[in-house]
Amino acid sequence: MAAAAAALRYLAPLGARLPPQGRAAGRLLQQRRGLRLSAPAAIQVTVRDALNQALDEELERDERVFLLGEEVAQYDGAYKISRGLWKKYGDKRVMDTPISEMGFTGIAVGAAMAGLRPVCEFMTFNFSMQAIDQVINSAAKTCYMSAGAIAVPIVFRGPNGASAGVAAQHSQCFAAWYGHCPGLKVVSPWSSEDAKGLLKASIRDDNPVVMLENELLYGVPFEMSEQAQSKDFVVPIGKAKIEREGTHVTLVSHSRPVGHCLEAAAILAKEGVECEVINLRTIRPMDIETVEASVVKTNHLVTVEGGWPQFGVGAEICARIMEGSAFNYLDAPAVRVTGADVPMPYAKILEDNCIPQVKDIIFAVKKTLNI
Amino acid sequence: MFISQEPVFVQDTTVFLLLSLPYHVTISVVLYFMYPQASRVVVASRNYADFASEATFEIKKCDLHRLEEGPSTTAVMTREEGLHYYKTMQTIRRMELKSDQLYKQKIIRGFCHLYDGQEACCVGLEVAIKPTDHVITAYRAHGFTYARGVPVREILAELTGRKGGCVKGKGGSMHMYTKNFYGGNGIVGAQVPLGAGIALACKYFGKNEICLTLYGDGAANQGQIFETYNMAALWKLPCIFICENNRYGMGTSVERAAASTDYYKRGDFIPGLRVDGMDVLCVREAAKFAAEYCRSGKGPILMELQTYRYHGHSMSDPGISYRTREEIQEVRSKSDPITLLKDRMVNNNLASIEELKEIDVAVRKEIEEAAQFATTDPEPPLEELGNHIYFNEPPFEVRGPNQWIRYKSVS
Repeated sequence: MAAAAAALRYLAPLGARLPPQGRAAGRLLQQRRGLRLSAPAAIQVTVRDALNQALDEELERDERVFLLGEEVAQYDGAYKISRGLWKKYGDKRVMDTPISEMGFTGIAVGAAMAGLRPVCEFMTFNFSMQAIDQVINSAAKTCYMSAGAIAVPIVFRGPNGASAGVAAQHSQCFAAWYGHCPGLKVVSPWSSEDAKGLLKASIRDDNPVVMLENELLYGVPFEMSEQAQSKDFVVPIGKAKIEREGTHVTLVSHSRPVGHCLEAAAILAKEGVECEVINLRTIRPMDIETVEASVVKTNHLVTVEGGWPQFGVGAEICARIMEGSAFNYLDAPAVRVTGADVPMPYAKILEDNCIPQVKDIIFAVKKTLNI
Repeated sequence: MFISQEPVFVQDTTVFLLLSLPYHVTISVVLYFMYPQASRVVVASRNYADFASEATFEIKKCDLHRLEEGPSTTAVMTREEGLHYYKTMQTIRRMELKSDQLYKQKIIRGFCHLYDGQEACCVGLEVAIKPTDHVITAYRAHGFTYARGVPVREILAELTGRKGGCVKGKGGSMHMYTKNFYGGNGIVGAQVPLGAGIALACKYFGKNEICLTLYGDGAANQGQIFETYNMAALWKLPCIFICENNRYGMGTSVERAAASTDYYKRGDFIPGLRVDGMDVLCVREAAKFAAEYCRSGKGPILMELQTYRYHGHSMSDPGISYRTREEIQEVRSKSDPITLLKDRMVNNNLASIEELKEIDVAVRKEIEEAAQFATTDPEPPLEELGNHIYFNEPPFEVRGPNQWIRYKSVS
């Protein structure tokens, strides 16, 4: 059986039809054998596959959507996010570009201005710095400057932040940089549901969206609910998610550190400290209301991010909490856990100590709770 | 004027003379003695049959790069076309001069890059393409904004920052937009990849549209332009790259900025032509040639328009520290695009001087009225401050200078 399945998969490019997977398989069984099945359960899906599904579904749904970037087509994507898409959709919808970030980003923005809906991939967001003028001055500001005459429905996506051993020039987090600019929306998924739902929402959004993925999360499987497996599943931009409810302290995070926060919460729970873990999901517009409501409940705030501390996401959260009614409910100053304020070193021991670890989060929680 | 040669008695001469002339000339002669003012109006309305309906002109041959043939060296212009080109160029000229005036009165602020001297470029290009084609340019954009259909009053009101401006006062001089016109772009060279992207969309949608992507001699040295040349050629995008070479990038002459000033060759593998940008017919013929090339699917093509700006780089630049007054005067007297067209029309009996003067008067009036509107229209309401951050978005709040000041943002 397995061998036959493997053989079929090998022949797929030649046109052999694979047996349906997942829900479709269930339906088929139902039809052919007249069986009644229980509702399909949640399945494990990696972030990579979730992104791939999102791209596939949106390319199919709207002819104006197309993907461009380096190695996205024939190489199946530098990180295999766009695997199979060029084969399915062809040159018109999935375009390999030369190594010309400023040029192809500008081309993508121009295409969006003229009515297409491009998904512009940066191999990593570090390379987006070469094209940042097009992202900010051409994409973010145009709707405003034109008093709404010209829309720029574009998605800029790619891996952001630290990876493993890629050193200083390939490890920077751009959440604060892009989150700073009005006219952009900035999203930062953690789980597979986040990734799929936010990418679909971003593509359907008529505004320029920067989607900050994380390379180390690509291969991580997450449970994906039945609802999330639907072709119409979107995660609304601008709404945070409470991943874990708690009463003693609020942990706010985005992207990979959300996982570290949950680990820290599990360890702290054994000591009787119940952490509420908030996954921001969107950097801009930030859902500060969810954070405020949580702080009102727990009276303690710890922000966790991978980026550098100065002028970062955590700094913004702290400032906004101070400005709002939640300030009166804080029993201790808010605390930030961030990347170390240095360019990323290469050696493993150095790198490990430059990114926020579970122990750093636990330490910060205990400090703020004074335990 | 046709005068009868028939012998008549002296006392009848006047009557016979009058009767032998075309009737409206007769009236004008009579009126001249009775109502000198009125006669001037009548004298100008010569019979349509007096003018030629069209004329053929020799135009300068274009220098070619990687092209076997170039645009035609003769151009046919009808009387209607001539009058249209004249009126459009004159309107742009007067609009720019009015902007100069308003700027010096501090009614226009910030950046103001004027286009007078370069009118033949935007007019020649516009009449060679269709309204469904696309245009994008840099910051010296007022002429294109008008040519693409935005009324003068909306342009001036945008410059003066009023709510009646074409983008409600949100953009200003460098950010004016209309259908199929993507500005007005402030970052030097950034509009070039954008233009190629618009051309990509043209190809994608398959409606046989093209995009004119303009930049200056200064911008021509930007790296992103060369990245764009590569991709446009690789993907055969229907993009006409147009370098408006007015000899100076701000205060730097072309010789001081470029190792090669043959801008029409800088596209390397992209065919190019160098065009006399002061001759509206030359620009028109070259643009028609280039448009046909693009529409045939051959890919991008490059045009260098050799032109000149009378004003400095912007209103803060007197424009004489890096060039001589003599040079400016020489261009004005020998190559002014409007004078060139006027002379052509008059010498080839396509229009009379009086008729063109009438157009001048009408244009002045239009500009005056537009300026009046632009100086009296109210500024945008404060509520406008927060609007148009996003497109097609439910209303939300935008932060002002402190946490208590909030603006509503609607799309």
